[in-house]
Amino acid sequence: MQIRDVKNILDAEVLSGEELLDTEVRAACGSDMMSDVLAYVKDQAVLLTGLMNQQAIRTAAMMDMVCVVFVRDKRPGEDILEVARQNGIAVMTTTHRMFTACGLLYTAGLNGGLRTK
Amino acid sequence: MNQSGLHYHYDVPGDDFSQAGAASSAVKQILKQLGLDPQVVRNMSIALYEGEINMVIHAGGGVIDVDIDDEKITAVLTDHGPGIENVELAMQDGWSTATEQVRGLGFGAGMGLPNMKKYSDDLKIDTEVGVGTTVTITVNL
Ligand SMILES: Nc1ncnc2c1ncn2[C@@H]1O[C@H](COP(=O)(O)OP(=O)(O)O)[C@@H](O)[C@H]1O
Ligand SMILES: [Mg+2]
Repeated sequence: MQIRDVKNILDAEVLSGEELLDTEVRAACGSDMMSDVLAYVKDQAVLLTGLMNQQAIRTAAMMDMVCVVFVRDKRPGEDILEVARQNGIAVMTTTHRMFTACGLLYTAGLNGGLRTK
Repeated sequence: MNQSGLHYHYDVPGDDFSQAGAASSAVKQILKQLGLDPQVVRNMSIALYEGEINMVIHAGGGVIDVDIDDEKITAVLTDHGPGIENVELAMQDGWSTATEQVRGLGFGAGMGLPNMKKYSDDLKIDTEVGVGTTVTITVNL
């Protein structure tokens, strides 16, 4: 699917990176603990998180991810969006909670990623 | 690349968590621009990022020196924090002295050092309680 489909499935609001909506994504990861996200390199492209700070974006960037979804209607400040722009990462917010957001995307065909390291 | 290689230096402030990871992000940008293998870039970036976060949450900040030559990337993280009492224990998956507050920032699961070990080709930790810690991360090209 594309980032645009993630937006539609989660009924999410895009906060930055509109120009990235056509980007193809196949796998996602949901966590509030960043070392968890960093522990396994897979082909995940989307990070779902309730963690609201610049490190959520930086963690995604280190993993070469292209989209961060903030769950539970959390709204990042301008400083966080700026880090996302610098790193070419689309940012959106959804009112769904973590479990539901992950379930919706999984049902629609996103998987947990194939391990490459 | 010439014989003397490339050197980069970063100050990592210990009093501003929002900036934690900024140096690693800058290094990743440079490695990408050098056209290095994406897997090499990612491995060094992740290991350095965990090390930089550790300097901020455990040691009050420090400095990072990165050297790139024809064979490898080396990152040296130096701090004057409390040091690590038992390195073997600290290396264990899940072992952490991080506070609840640090966990609220998304770190402190005790996976940083294990992750650094996993993504680097060589990880060296020189530490002395009350003096500080120097972590050397090497990733081969
Ligand atoms: N630079 C450092 N200075 C002092 N102590 C450190 C440093 N880096 C790591 N440690 C110690 O090693 C432990 C394990 O580190 P790590 O695996 O990164 O887990 P975490 O950072 O999640 O606690 C830390 O909880 C801390 O006690
Ligand atoms: Mg750590």
